Amino acid sequence: MCASLFIVLGGILSIVFTVFIKGISAISLQMLLETPHGGYYLGQGGGILNAIVGSLLLAGGAMIFSLLIGLPVAMYLHRSMKRSRFTEYIRISLDIASGVPTIVYGAVVFTIMIVIGARSSLFWGMITVALFILPIMIRSMDEIMIHAPKKVITAAFALGSTRTEMLLVVLKQSLPGVLTAILLAFGRGIGDAASILFTTGYSDSLPTSLFEPVATLPLAILFQINSPYLIVQQRAYAAGLILLVIVLLVSLLSRFLSQKFMKYVVK
Amino acid sequence: MDRKILDTLFTSVMFVLAFLISLITVVIALILIWKSYPLFQISSISELLFSSIWQPAEGKFGFYPFIMGTIWVTLLSMAIAIPLALLSSIYLAEYAPRQIRNTIKPLIDLLAGIPSILFGLWGILVIVPLVRNDIAPLYGISTTGYCVLSGGIVLSFMVLPIIISLSDELFRTVPLSTRSASFSMGATKWQTVKYVLIRKIYPGLLAAIILGFSRAFGETMAVLMVVGNVAKVPSSVFDPAYPLPALIANNYGEMLSIPLYDSALMFAALVLFCIVVLFNISAKMLLMRFQRGGET
Repeated sequence: MCASLFIVLGGILSIVFTVFIKGISAISLQMLLETPHGGYYLGQGGGILNAIVGSLLLAGGAMIFSLLIGLPVAMYLHRSMKRSRFTEYIRISLDIASGVPTIVYGAVVFTIMIVIGARSSLFWGMITVALFILPIMIRSMDEIMIHAPKKVITAAFALGSTRTEMLLVVLKQSLPGVLTAILLAFGRGIGDAASILFTTGYSDSLPTSLFEPVATLPLAILFQINSPYLIVQQRAYAAGLILLVIVLLVSLLSRFLSQKFMKYVVK
Repeated sequence: MDRKILDTLFTSVMFVLAFLISLITVVIALILIWKSYPLFQISSISELLFSSIWQPAEGKFGFYPFIMGTIWVTLLSMAIAIPLALLSSIYLAEYAPRQIRNTIKPLIDLLAGIPSILFGLWGILVIVPLVRNDIAPLYGISTTGYCVLSGGIVLSFMVLPIIISLSDELFRTVPLSTRSASFSMGATKWQTVKYVLIRKIYPGLLAAIILGFSRAFGETMAVLMVVGNVAKVPSSVFDPAYPLPALIANNYGEMLSIPLYDSALMFAALVLFCIVVLFNISAKMLLMRFQRGGET
């Protein structure tokens, strides 16, 4: 048993260290602050700023989209404070939706785009990512809200609040967990490559509008890792390191924030 | 009065959104069926699934190599992941001191958050050379390293955290009194785990494994990067394979240039979708039966 745990831990550390060490030796300030110049894919100057900005915009936008839709849905699941046939139906369909591979989301959205004649852009990427992080976000908010203490809810009703106002009390009570759910969804969104491969496209310059294709970190890795030029490969490693750092930072941030917002929770 | 109206308004907004969200899966299924429908008109479903002739330019779409590729990689990854995950979670839940458990659990959760593309990067940098230079020569085989085995290893590390954290939680749902009863009958710790705990949470463990399986089945990027992508039924773990998700990802860009090609790719997505949904529903049902059994 110890041996198997060591293998598992060894694997985790190997992944983190490989990405870290390869990335550290490849990264430079120029890489972080410049967009690709001419001859970029032949190993000349430029960096991956376009991918960094693109990824942050994409995941951030998708997070806001899905928060706007997801939060009311999560609150709805707790409105009647009991498990009805309808709420259970929603929960089950969300669980199924969160298991669907992201490549299928990408393929379906791309089909819709072809039908209505849209081109791949930041906007459609956001929609795709928002679609597949929605079920995850709603279900994790839901799991947190279940634990809101009954006495707080009773107190809210006793003060004459409507059901919506009661839900706001529940929301405030579950704030740390809700923040974790949002950031978790952000982390899932920024790391996925399969869904945005066709919906977002790729571009060498910084985006100026929602309806332009943008570069993203996962695709920057995918497109550059098999390049015959060593210096181009190096950029894939650097992109990998930045992606890893962003994901780790988000996970640390969610821990920090959820502790900070514990002060709103009535025990 | 204003508050009442606001309440009604917000409630209806919430209801409509919740209803729409619950339709996502249905809409995906409908679009997939609609787009792959033209393919059903030229050949039967069994022909599509079991023919191994893949010549899109001549309108011959046999998905057998891709389906077998997916199955090989997924089964291999599960064969690696299941023993590792079960033993690790038994150790974490039953044997490990609290301190060790509290340090290791966050690490495993961290693994669950690492993007799949980084697993692919790790696969190319570490696993592929390992397979090429160390594992394959042991069996006297030469390979590029881009093969089923590499895909299986990378994939197994992706599903490990899912199975470990689910089964660790399952072990902890068993009440202390059950363990005490077993110990007082003179059972050792391992006997307790083997004959009492595992038997009690068996359906839950099965559900955890099924969830891991369906995750592995649909994983695209990490596998695509290390598995070689050759459209042939693999005959050993050192052969390259071409799983369904990789097929979609690699060819979606050109799909409009050949007639029916888009239908074929949507059919691949449909197969993937059906299998994953089926697995998730059965896992869900197992878990629900387990929870109901636990309450009584």
